[in-house]
Amino acid sequence: MAVLDTRPTRWFAIVSVGLMVVLPPFLSSYVLTLLTQVLIFALMAMSVDLLLGFTGLPSLGQAAYFGVSAYTVAVLTTKYSQGFWSTAALSFVLSILLAALFGLIAIHAAGTYFLMITLALGQVLWGLAYRWVSMTGGDNGLAGVPRPDVGVSVEDPTRFFYFTLVLFLVSAVALYLVVESPFGYSLLGIRESEGRMRILGYHTWLHKYLAFIISGAFSGVSGILWAYYNGFVSPQDVSLVTNMESLLMVALGGPGTLFGSTVGALIIVFLRNFVSAYTKRWLLILGGMYIFTIIYAPKGLLGALRDWGLRRRLPHPSPAVATDRGGAPAGTPSSR
Amino acid sequence: MEFWITQMFNGISFGALLFLLASGLSLIFGVMRIVNIAHGSYYLLGAYVGLSTVWKTGSFALALFTGGFTVAVIGIGMQRVLKRFYLVELPQMLLTMGFALIFQDLALIIWGGDPYTIPPPAFLAGSMRTGTLTFPLYRFFVVAMAVAVGLFLWALQERTRVGAMIRAAVDDAEMAGGVGINVPVVSAGVFGLGAFLAAFGGVMGGAFLGVFPGADFEILPFAFVVVIVGGLGSLKGAFVGSLLVGLVDNFGKALLPELSYFTLFAPMALVLAVRPTGLFGRA
Repeated sequence: MAVLDTRPTRWFAIVSVGLMVVLPPFLSSYVLTLLTQVLIFALMAMSVDLLLGFTGLPSLGQAAYFGVSAYTVAVLTTKYSQGFWSTAALSFVLSILLAALFGLIAIHAAGTYFLMITLALGQVLWGLAYRWVSMTGGDNGLAGVPRPDVGVSVEDPTRFFYFTLVLFLVSAVALYLVVESPFGYSLLGIRESEGRMRILGYHTWLHKYLAFIISGAFSGVSGILWAYYNGFVSPQDVSLVTNMESLLMVALGGPGTLFGSTVGALIIVFLRNFVSAYTKRWLLILGGMYIFTIIYAPKGLLGALRDWGLRRRLPHPSPAVATDRGGAPAGTPSSR
Repeated sequence: MEFWITQMFNGISFGALLFLLASGLSLIFGVMRIVNIAHGSYYLLGAYVGLSTVWKTGSFALALFTGGFTVAVIGIGMQRVLKRFYLVELPQMLLTMGFALIFQDLALIIWGGDPYTIPPPAFLAGSMRTGTLTFPLYRFFVVAMAVAVGLFLWALQERTRVGAMIRAAVDDAEMAGGVGINVPVVSAGVFGLGAFLAAFGGVMGGAFLGVFPGADFEILPFAFVVVIVGGLGSLKGAFVGSLLVGLVDNFGKALLPELSYFTLFAPMALVLAVRPTGLFGRA
């Protein structure tokens, strides 16, 4: 399967990248700040999608890697006043190391167990952020992360947006290359039938483990951006709700569409900010969206767009459309 | 020495509370094949309903039952939505996540953001002294209740006709239906029982850990680690797991207060390295 194999999804990618490059100078700084936030969370959601949509591993602990790099940035910049490149490099490495460590434990398991283990590991990190007051500031978090100096200053919102956009696009292309590579196809194979892949001679454990680390690394990148963007990190960033939001971004956009996550992130970030002006009932809305999405739009928005593109290709609408990806009908239980 | 005895006692009583949650989680996994992310919410809702009952009537015993039964009804309602996706794991788990978020916010709307403690019955309010050691009586009560519930569940599953029906429905729902067992009713009942146990635990825990917004997501990972360590779908696993996790957590908190959550990581990592499905897991 290919992510951009239909005309509508390809147009979606081209138009949205075009808009993101051209529009910013014409937008208010408020909208621009929100769009920056969208890119950051979209990157995290894409890393979740690599596991959920492509490998079939539902991760509820992605905020751990996001949080580790965000906290590392906050600690290094506020307590040791380190520059951008050394901070970013160390944060990136730490998120990879943490993913490598947690992956050893989580990849043992599939499905239900995987979800529980990632959730528990994620909460372990939350507990650390919350309790390790001398390092993390506890409930108060760490404030005062300065905007980075990457050679040129990226203080003002427009520049920071382009800075984020560059990192986002580089990561998105990298993730796209990963899922379109033979390695990415082996992940799809594992999602559909791990047993069969093992018989074919694939070292499935290693493939899943690598996918887990790659995913953690990109969550780490988004965490670095988040700390610089927000100027403040707190246990909220590593909390279960953050994990659930990132998973919902993937579900909304469509698992296994990679770029669908950006749509999910766009919806959630704008809705969260819009709603917070009127009501405090954000969790209620988030929960309602979850239930609505699962029941009425299980393939997500970009999944629906892609199906529409596939259907246009066929002379007559046929039931095969629903089953194109990998052969198993959408409603079939995964093998367990 | 005193330190060790006191912490041991605290650990065992926290483990007893975890057992109530984990056994319910295991039961629900048995019939639905999913892990219920709203399980912590059952705990929280049970505690809040119990709190309101104590405020209205002053009876702790009544609180245990109103909390339990209210949440059992909510659980059965949830199961009716979930079973539309029977055996499609991911949507089911995502649905329970949606419910968990909704329940958390509803609890905040109804009971507000202040932390409360459910007042335990007067005869359990005191403590027992031996030498320089003091043991709160209430914690003995929690342990006794957990043991009673454990024995009840064991007897129900292994010694009764209903238990045989449950085991049949868990092992092979289709065959069980074929021999005349009403599987949908059994599933709904077991789901309700699981929810009841979590809420029952909520009322019990509300009297020594307190009731506050976010308690649901705070206790959930503990229940998860218990079943990860003990193995899903196993009563024995839930028992051993909760004792282990209760003790490790308590010693972690006492010895390394700043890194206390991290101590949970150790038993999980160790057990999973040896047995990926937990100590007594079947799957």
